[in-house]
Amino acid sequence: MHRHFKRPMLWAVMAFISMGRLRAQTDADAIMMGKSLFCGGVMSSVGYWNQYWEGARLRNNENIGQIRNLMVGPMGSFGVSKNLNLIFSLPFVQNRASAGTLTSMSGIQDLSLLAKYRVLRKKSGSSTFSVFGIAGVSTPLTDYVKDLLPVSIGLGTRNLTLRGMLDYQWKNFFATASSSYIARSEIRLDRTAYYTTRMVYSDRVDMPAAMYSNFRTGFRNKEIVAEVVVDQWTTLGGFDITKNNMPFPSNRMNQTRVGLNGKYEPVKWKGLSLTSGIFHTVAGRNMGKATSFQLGVFYIFKLYGKDKPTPMPNPQKELR
Amino acid sequence: MKRSAYILIIFMMSCSKDVVERNLQFPMLEPTRSDSSAGNWKTILNINPDAQAPAVPLDPSDPNYKKELDEVVAAQAAMKAADNENLKYWAAGGVLRWNEIMRELVAKYNLPPLHNPDGTYPIPSAANPLAYPYFPFANPPYAARAYAYLSTAQYDALVVAHFWKSRWKRPNAYQVDSRIRRLVPDQGLRAYPSADAVIYGVSGAVMKLLFPGEVGYIDDRMAAHRKARLQSGMETASDLAAGEAMGNRIAQLFIQRARTDNAGAAVGIVNGVNRWKEFEEACIAINETPWMSQETPKRPPMLPYFGRVKPFLFDSLTMVTSIRPGPPPSTRSAEFKKELEEVKFYSQNPTRERMRIVHYWADGVGTYTPPGHWNALAAEAFVDLGWSEVRWARALALVNMSLMDAAIACWDAKFTYYNPRPSQVDPEIKTLTGLPNFPGYISGHSTFSGAAAEVLGYLVPSSKGKFQAKAEEASLSRLYGAIHFKSDCTVGLSVGKKVGGYAVSRAMADGAGQ
Repeated sequence: MHRHFKRPMLWAVMAFISMGRLRAQTDADAIMMGKSLFCGGVMSSVGYWNQYWEGARLRNNENIGQIRNLMVGPMGSFGVSKNLNLIFSLPFVQNRASAGTLTSMSGIQDLSLLAKYRVLRKKSGSSTFSVFGIAGVSTPLTDYVKDLLPVSIGLGTRNLTLRGMLDYQWKNFFATASSSYIARSEIRLDRTAYYTTRMVYSDRVDMPAAMYSNFRTGFRNKEIVAEVVVDQWTTLGGFDITKNNMPFPSNRMNQTRVGLNGKYEPVKWKGLSLTSGIFHTVAGRNMGKATSFQLGVFYIFKLYGKDKPTPMPNPQKELR
Repeated sequence: MKRSAYILIIFMMSCSKDVVERNLQFPMLEPTRSDSSAGNWKTILNINPDAQAPAVPLDPSDPNYKKELDEVVAAQAAMKAADNENLKYWAAGGVLRWNEIMRELVAKYNLPPLHNPDGTYPIPSAANPLAYPYFPFANPPYAARAYAYLSTAQYDALVVAHFWKSRWKRPNAYQVDSRIRRLVPDQGLRAYPSADAVIYGVSGAVMKLLFPGEVGYIDDRMAAHRKARLQSGMETASDLAAGEAMGNRIAQLFIQRARTDNAGAAVGIVNGVNRWKEFEEACIAINETPWMSQETPKRPPMLPYFGRVKPFLFDSLTMVTSIRPGPPPSTRSAEFKKELEEVKFYSQNPTRERMRIVHYWADGVGTYTPPGHWNALAAEAFVDLGWSEVRWARALALVNMSLMDAAIACWDAKFTYYNPRPSQVDPEIKTLTGLPNFPGYISGHSTFSGAAAEVLGYLVPSSKGKFQAKAEEASLSRLYGAIHFKSDCTVGLSVGKKVGGYAVSRAMADGAGQ
């Protein structure tokens, strides 16, 4: 299940570099939960990087060594109707440096809520074409420190995400493309002045908006999804980390990743859904060159309605 | 659906972007007292104003002066929206704005050089400021000294300017020519030489010495300041030219001092030889644990001979005999172990409030440094006081002499005792902020803050308690951040207070009054 789970943004905005772990399966997919079905579970990921882009220059830094980013937390999605799903996630994040003296940081990061609406679904022969509109918000649930990248657990913005998505399926093969615009609120630091490309006397930081694009293609049937994913986070503004400087929340953080993603819903255990993925950052700016692994365990059941015992509609069914 | 649309709209509105920058809200400077007799105040370098005479001003009836008035009329007629903004910006105070520009340059240049591929560290060169590593590395001692030279030079230049303003008594442009509008408050001073031009003249020259890679930017700021004053209706071209020339001349006296204050030798590496190893050896000789760089590769300590820079407020002998603190607890003592445990506690038990304090005061890489932070606090306190430019300059000179001398006293102690940081002794101690690359005893933040708070408490008695509380918080922030022992902090505060006391004594005798 649930690829719908993931909130690219949400999880995505992981701090400097450690971005986006749980994006593996994202709300950037075309699968819908049926009416009154709830899919809930735990998503987790671990990512590592030894190198990061300081501006456009890839470097290492022996005073932080390797950064490890852990995320784990509940996710769920609910079918309000077969064409409207609501999705939430709430990760706990920990960032740790392997070298140097800098402390690790951890805590509950941002709650994200998202509505995914299927605007159109057209079948002809063995092909199905669908169009989706997705809107979501996310907000930090704790007042974590934003200003100690790369160990800060997040950037602290409230986000508004708007996404358009197209899905095409032919027999058991599919391709999904989506693109989103993410408006981000200003954030508040503990210090009252900071330098970006000039001195600013405020504890508030303007955070540039961002774009997130995702393309995935592969095989899906009742039991299995296997897909190749390419995604890209682009910050629309911000500035580069200058040479040997510290990162800053409003840096221009960009990242392009490629990954493999899989899902398994054994027919034998109705309702169980297992997901896994591996992602590698191939290009970036002001972020870490990370490799990450994800794992999720979910269970699907009917929340209400007269359908007796338990569920089990495979969400994919909706697609066919 | 409707309701969620509303929620979205509210969410969007709460995202609206309008970061309010405090320093851009400052009102135009409107002194309650003109301090027109400031020409008699005591200068820092004991400058004889008679020896600094500006050119004799043109007679008001001179046709060339009439041409200057026409130029002001034309400049005012040509004003666009951006000129109005520029005029308002500078009208908040030239001393204030040039202090801000210095803070900005410090933040831009406060970046430790990256090591060479062979593990050594390059040393910035003033002769080649724009080749990496950029010159300067504006670390806290460098910054403290930069703020001090800027403020002291501004103060002396303004005192001399006041002397000559009273002598020549040339009226302001708008008073001579009814076509000229006064667009800024009249500060109750004569026009020749222009105080604002003295400020940009002296500031520009000092800053170009300290930030030689920023000559273009500094010239641009000087031109903007000049334009604002020409359009203000207060001064004509010859008022401005005389002021700029005077500022530049006074700056040369300070530049001469700066070239011979020993700061050039502070880096402690001569022809590739690490002279500073002598501090390590002295520490080992008395059976103590010497400080070691915890960076990879190991970085030479920051400006190990800065303690030998020539202070402003006392002589170097006084510093050693009257200001240098006694030694820290021995690294072998029970007291040391107790303090180590205390640091470990704060390292492992951060609260959100302590984190706030650590980050509010971090002032590390890429910032205006702790001396810059105290300049910002001072400026924001002075804005409401209705002070004249010369009183602003005096106050910042006192604060910044105390900050520079605090840096000297602090660095003297650091390298006299060469005491390790907590995380060196116990690698389990992780720090909540960047670990400075120099010995711990005594804390720089504490020394700076103790000094600045002492001076500010004298200058603004109504805020004395607030400044003291700030200094104590700044000091503790280094313990909370797990980068300093408590004794580093408490002794640093008291050494700073002592240094500040010298500035207060000076203030009581400089003729400016409270």
